Amino acid sequence: MKPILEIHGIGKRYRIGHQTNTYLSLRERMLDVFRFEKTEKEDFWALDDISFSLGRGESLGIIGRNGAGKSTLLKILSRITPPTKGKILSRGRIASLLEVGTGFHPELTGRENIFFNGSLLGMKRREIESKFDEIVEFSDVEKFLDTPLKHYSSGMQLRLAFSVAAFLEPEILIVDEVLAVGDAEFQRKCLGKMENVANSGRTIIFVSHNLQSLKFLCQQALYIEKGKLKAIGEIEKTIDLYLSDNSSVNSLASYQQNLGSLRQDSDFRLINIVLAQGNRSVIDNVRNGEELKMEIEYELLNNLSRFRVFVDICDQFGTTVLRTYHDEVDYARLSMKKGTYKSILTIPANFLAPVTYEFRFWFGIHNVRMVEPIDGVTFKVNVENSGLYNMTYNGQYSVGLVCPTLHWDIYKN
Amino acid sequence: MQPRGVWSGSNSMTKNEQEFLVDAERQRLFNWPELWHYKELFYFFTWRDIKVKYKQTVLGFAWAVLQPLLMMVIFTLFFGTALKIPSGNLPYPIFVFSGLLLWNTFSSGLSNSASSMVNNAQIIKKIYFPRLIIPVSSVLVSLFDFLMAFLVFIPLLFYYDQGVSWNVLWSWPLALAMTLVATLGPGCLLSALNVKYRDFRYVIPFLVQVLFFLTPVIYPVTLLKYPILQYILVCSPMYAAIELFRYPLTSIQPDPYFMVISLISSLFFLIAGLLYFKRTEDFFADLV
Repeated sequence: MKPILEIHGIGKRYRIGHQTNTYLSLRERMLDVFRFEKTEKEDFWALDDISFSLGRGESLGIIGRNGAGKSTLLKILSRITPPTKGKILSRGRIASLLEVGTGFHPELTGRENIFFNGSLLGMKRREIESKFDEIVEFSDVEKFLDTPLKHYSSGMQLRLAFSVAAFLEPEILIVDEVLAVGDAEFQRKCLGKMENVANSGRTIIFVSHNLQSLKFLCQQALYIEKGKLKAIGEIEKTIDLYLSDNSSVNSLASYQQNLGSLRQDSDFRLINIVLAQGNRSVIDNVRNGEELKMEIEYELLNNLSRFRVFVDICDQFGTTVLRTYHDEVDYARLSMKKGTYKSILTIPANFLAPVTYEFRFWFGIHNVRMVEPIDGVTFKVNVENSGLYNMTYNGQYSVGLVCPTLHWDIYKN
Repeated sequence: MQPRGVWSGSNSMTKNEQEFLVDAERQRLFNWPELWHYKELFYFFTWRDIKVKYKQTVLGFAWAVLQPLLMMVIFTLFFGTALKIPSGNLPYPIFVFSGLLLWNTFSSGLSNSASSMVNNAQIIKKIYFPRLIIPVSSVLVSLFDFLMAFLVFIPLLFYYDQGVSWNVLWSWPLALAMTLVATLGPGCLLSALNVKYRDFRYVIPFLVQVLFFLTPVIYPVTLLKYPILQYILVCSPMYAAIELFRYPLTSIQPDPYFMVISLISSLFFLIAGLLYFKRTEDFFADLV
C-alpha cells in the first residue's frame, strides 16, 4: 500500500532582516527605494532537506530542542506556510491542532463557538450536528451552552475547545503540544481519546516535550536538530539518542575532561563523577521518571576520621533546594581509610521536577577544611519530564522545585 | 521579498478531494475544487461576523436600519434642500437613498475586508483553509447590511409614491451582484496590502471617503459641466451598479459608454485584487 504521507526534501528559508517587525510600514518601504544601499538580509534555513513517509495507521512523534524546527515542520505539514523547496504528497484528509480553540470568539455562545471552531477544523456542518451532543457531553459545559464564551472560566473554555478537537475524524492528525495545558483529569481523558484515534488506524503526528506521552502515543520518532533530520526510527531508541546527544553540550563533560588539571590536595583526589539512569550514563539531560544515580569516585591519600562528600541540589538561580551528606544515616561513615572509593547517591524516580537544576558536589573534612576543589563541582542538569509529574500538575511550568510522589489517603466520613 | 514557493498543491486536489500535493516548484492560480470543498466555511465566517457585529452594539440590528435612514435625512437636508442638488425625475430622498443603499454595502464591505486578514491573524497562523474565504466572507457580511436597509427602502418608495418598472426584476439583483464584484477586487487588494504594510489601515477610511464624493452617489453625474470630468468620475467601479439600480425608478436608460467604463474598471480591480492576494496568500502566516 502506498504511504499516506510522503515528504520529499522539504526546506524552509526565512530571510532575517535587521528590523524587528516582520511586517513593513509603507513609509519604510518607500524610504528604502530612495536609499541606495540595500538593507542586509540573511538567509536562515529553519528546515533543510527533511524527507520521510508515513503509512496508514502509523504514529510519529517529533522531537528536538527548542528552535530545532519542529514548529516550522508542523506548519508546513498543516499547509499554513509553504515550503521553500521540496514536495509533500498527502493521500488523506489532514487536520491540525496547533492550538486548541482557534477562532473562539468571546462574544459567541458555547454552542456557536462549537460550530465555528468545528468548521474551521474541517468538519462539515452535518458532521458537527451529528456529534454535537457527544461534544457537549465530553466538555461538561451543558449548562452554559447558550452563555457567551466571555463568561466562561479559562478551564471551561479549554475543555470546550478540546472537546471539539477530540471529535475530529481526519485520516492524518497533526497535534502540537496541546496537551500541555488543561487540568490533569481532562488531559488524561484527551490522551485516552487520542490513543483511541491512534489505535483506530489513523495516522498521528505529534510534537511534545512530554517524552512520556510521546512514548505512550507513538511508535516512531523523528528527531530534528538545527533544521536537519538527525534520526528517524523506533521511538525508544530515538528518544535515547536525543537524550544522550543533548547531554554532550554540558559542563559535567568538561569537568570530566579537566579532572586531571584540578589543583592537588594532600588528602584527596577526585577521580570522576558519573550520572547514570538505568544502565545508561547520562550527562545533562535526566528523566524524572527513572531513578538517578550519581557516582562520585575519589581517592583518599590518607586515613581521614571525618571525611564527607555532600551534594546540594540547587535551582537554576543557585538557591539550594536540598543538601544531602553521604554520612547522613550513619556517622560512622565519616571515618574512612586510605584508598579508592565510590560514593553513590540515588535520587528516586518521580522526585525531581522538570526544571533545570544545578548540582553541586562538595568534599571536606568535617569541621577542619574543604579539600580541593575547594569551590566544589557544579554543573547544570536539565530534567525532562517522563514521570508521573505531568499527571499531577498543570503543564509546562513547575509548581515547586521538587515533586516527589507522596502518599495520600482519602477516607469518606 | 518572500521566497516564491507556492502550494501548487492544495491545487492538485484530484479525483479524491482529500488528496493533495504541495510542491515548491509548481504553482497554480486558483483551485476551484478546493474552494468548493470549503464552501461551508464562507457561510460560517459570514455568520460569525454578522453575529459578533450585532452583539457588540447596543441597538443591535436596529443599527443596520437606522444608519442609512439617518444618512438619508442628513443628505436630504444639506444637499437636496439647502444646496438644491438636482436629482432628475426622482425625489431627492429616493435618489440619495437608492445610491446610499449600494454605496454603504460597498464601503462597509470594503473596510471589513480590508482589515479582515489582520483581524483573523490568529486563525491564519494556526489553521489552513483557502485564505480567500476571509475577505470574501467579510464582503458578504455587508450583504446583510444591504438587506436591512432595503427593508427601509421599500416603505420609503410607497411613501413617496414612487413608480417602479418591471425592469426591477433583473436590474436590482444584477446591480447588487455588480456591487459585490466591485467590492471584492479592492477588498482583496487592500486586505493583502494591509498584511504587508500595516499603515494601510489609516489610508482606508480616507480612501473610502474620497471615493464617496468622487462617485455620483449623492449627485447625478450630469451635474458636471465638462464631459472629461464625467468620464473620470464614471471610472468609479460603483458607478454602473448605482445607475443600474436607479434605472427601474427613473426609467431613463443609463449611458452605455459610462456603464462599460465603470464595469471595466470594476473588473480590472477584481483581477488585480485577486492576483495580488493570490501572490501573497501563501506567506500571510509568516507575515501576520
